[in-house]
Amino acid sequence: MPAAALPAAVSSPRYAAWRRGGLSAQRRTRDAIVEGEELAGLIGAIAMRGDRDAFARLFRHFAPRLKAYAMRCGADAASAEEVAQEAMVQVWRRAATFEPARADAQSWIFAIARNKRIDLLRRERRPEIEPEAGSQDERPEARIEAARQTDALGRALAALPADQASMLRKAYLEDKSHSAIAAETGLPLGTVKSRVRLGLARLRLLMAGWDA
Amino acid sequence: MIRHHPSLDLLADYASGALPEPLALLIACHASLCAECRGQLAALDKLGGAILDELSPAPLGDDALEDALRRIDRSAPAPLPEAAAALDARSRAILPAPLRRYLPQGMGALRWRWRGPLREARFDLPSRGFRVSLFRLKAGAAAPRHGHAGHEFTLVLEGGFRDAGRQYNRGDFALADSSRAHVQIADEEGCLCLVVLDAPVRLSGVLGAIANRFLRF
Repeated sequence: MPAAALPAAVSSPRYAAWRRGGLSAQRRTRDAIVEGEELAGLIGAIAMRGDRDAFARLFRHFAPRLKAYAMRCGADAASAEEVAQEAMVQVWRRAATFEPARADAQSWIFAIARNKRIDLLRRERRPEIEPEAGSQDERPEARIEAARQTDALGRALAALPADQASMLRKAYLEDKSHSAIAAETGLPLGTVKSRVRLGLARLRLLMAGWDA
Repeated sequence: MIRHHPSLDLLADYASGALPEPLALLIACHASLCAECRGQLAALDKLGGAILDELSPAPLGDDALEDALRRIDRSAPAPLPEAAAALDARSRAILPAPLRRYLPQGMGALRWRWRGPLREARFDLPSRGFRVSLFRLKAGAAAPRHGHAGHEFTLVLEGGFRDAGRQYNRGDFALADSSRAHVQIADEEGCLCLVVLDAPVRLSGVLGAIANRFLRF
């Protein structure tokens, strides 16, 4: 990725650490502001009693990250801020639908922001999954401790080989299909696909290791 | 039981948000019927959450929080648009929920046209470069042997068909590309499918980029 295309905030030491793949672990020790379970608790407080302080804390944690996410997806600063704002408003409105046993706060909010940016930046609708009655859901025991799984996933991501991790980040952060990434990086499509696959498979292995 | 699933590449592109709307619709419909792929997509969203969480924050304007709270106070939650209550029982039973949102009048309101042994009802979405249809194949009928300039993404909604010795039933996903001509033979009860075709090769411009990126899947 050309340096010129990066938003201003990414020239920080934190970004350099992120590029090295070490930020997750580092951030969690240095300024572990809010951990996954606490974030889930904040969403619960919004759902149960419309807690504005809880919303403020959630906003301070996520809104700047959501803005960064939208900018990485190609939005200018003003549009990215709009995506972040609208996503956080959606977090307030949909707080009652958050199920801590099924999803962690980060992935739930990621999904909301992803849909908002498709809606606002690409002006498309986002078809959402709505499980059919009678379609057996995943085993209940697989859903426990969703918040801890995400923390583990962050560590797993930091431990991935750099080429696989960067391919995964590209796929999530730049609104690009595998084929578009291949065209941009000049790597053969097969290489992009295999790095993404290897990365995903390795994440699964690493996480299984931590669970044990 | 669902036997044929979308590839991990397609699931990952749905999770990251990179898929264009017609293909996202197809994946959402499949996953609404398939617990296994829902599990995969939940894991992929977790990865999205982890990647979001490690992003370097981009500061917002000073009054951003107050602005968000004002927006919250200004408008009551908008009710989610659900399919019309008047939807006929058959459409309700057969169309997965994400598809019902696109076809609020049900299947009966669609314009069905004969295409050889097939009946097709097109309902193209705003995304250009894709053809989105329901296809109906009569009992025992064979879709004529055909190849594709691009790709043919199919989700079985009712009945089933066989293609190259494989059986496809409700919820099964099939992807055919230009590498081989194929022929689908409907089961005795016939077959109803949601089908997305990407456009034949286009040469240049934005449309070309959208169409072409799937030519190589």
